[in-house]
Amino acid sequence: MDNTKFEYLLRLADNGLVLSQRLSEWCGKGPALEEDMALTNVALDLIGQARFWFDYAGELEGQGRDEDALAFHRDAGQFRNLLLVEQPNGTYADTLARQFYFDSWHYLLLQKLCASKDTRIAGIADKSLKEVAYHVRRSGDLVVRLGDGTAKSHQMMQDAFDTLWAYTGEMFQPDAVEAAMFEAGAGPDVAALRAPWLAHVAAVFDEATLRMPSPDAWMQKGGKEGVHSEHLGFLLAEMQFLQRAYPNAVW
Amino acid sequence: MNNEWPLWEVFIRSQHGLAHKHVGSLHAPDAEMAVNNARDVYTRRNEGVSIWVVRASDIVASSPSDKGALFEPSNSKVYRHPTFFPMPEEVKNL
Repeated sequence: MDNTKFEYLLRLADNGLVLSQRLSEWCGKGPALEEDMALTNVALDLIGQARFWFDYAGELEGQGRDEDALAFHRDAGQFRNLLLVEQPNGTYADTLARQFYFDSWHYLLLQKLCASKDTRIAGIADKSLKEVAYHVRRSGDLVVRLGDGTAKSHQMMQDAFDTLWAYTGEMFQPDAVEAAMFEAGAGPDVAALRAPWLAHVAAVFDEATLRMPSPDAWMQKGGKEGVHSEHLGFLLAEMQFLQRAYPNAVW
Repeated sequence: MNNEWPLWEVFIRSQHGLAHKHVGSLHAPDAEMAVNNARDVYTRRNEGVSIWVVRASDIVASSPSDKGALFEPSNSKVYRHPTFFPMPEEVKNL
């Protein structure tokens, strides 16, 4: 069970780490000062949450790997994040679409994790949920305004959502790790998150006058098992450069 | 057509019992987003328990050229200041 839990915690941590790294690429380049601040705030929240998950994962593993070792000394194939979060920033519409899909799922997931029989998981989830409650509100608010904005903003949002849709299926396809966590009462039934997620996305799309892609569309998968898109390697090359060039360098 | 987001003035209450205080301004497309943006720009260091936003264009201000008529008459009325009473040391926040 400990190894299963370690694997599971890595997924939670890697989602936060990789998405945070992506968002921080916008730092100083946001379309408005207010957006720049907001997006980097989200990035900081996510890295903070990732640190808690890494800490716990490292302790369970018992090999002496701390949060830094787990973040900076693993290769792409050892990362367990969803394919969605490693997708490039693209335009602001692409970034926002990725964020909205993720936030909507992240919120539902954390809600369930608050009831985990593992009290440490429940504690981290409870702390994170307050931050993520704001993330999901903010990204939804922006989607409504851009979807129901100008003809151009509407088209850009629609295109971004259509393109990223194929990366959402993975969130709801349980594998052996998630099944074991669910059986132990430590994690949620991920397939059961799908209906409320679809309902939330549909409600926001409706208000935003956007068309929802078909729930039965073909979906990408592989992130949770370490089979990633080419984008993750480039992201890690930048993020891990210093520790790769100067191993164990400290301030 | 003006494509700029309108300007909003932001007021934050730092504690219950204190008044909202003007902290700055920001741009946002509407009131709801202005509150979101105010949260992100002005409450990052745990500054507040409540946020007000007001469209800058809705604020009615006195004109600098009226300064004389509005404020000078009170210059010479020193008896309006409560400075002629000894204040006990125990009384704070006055």
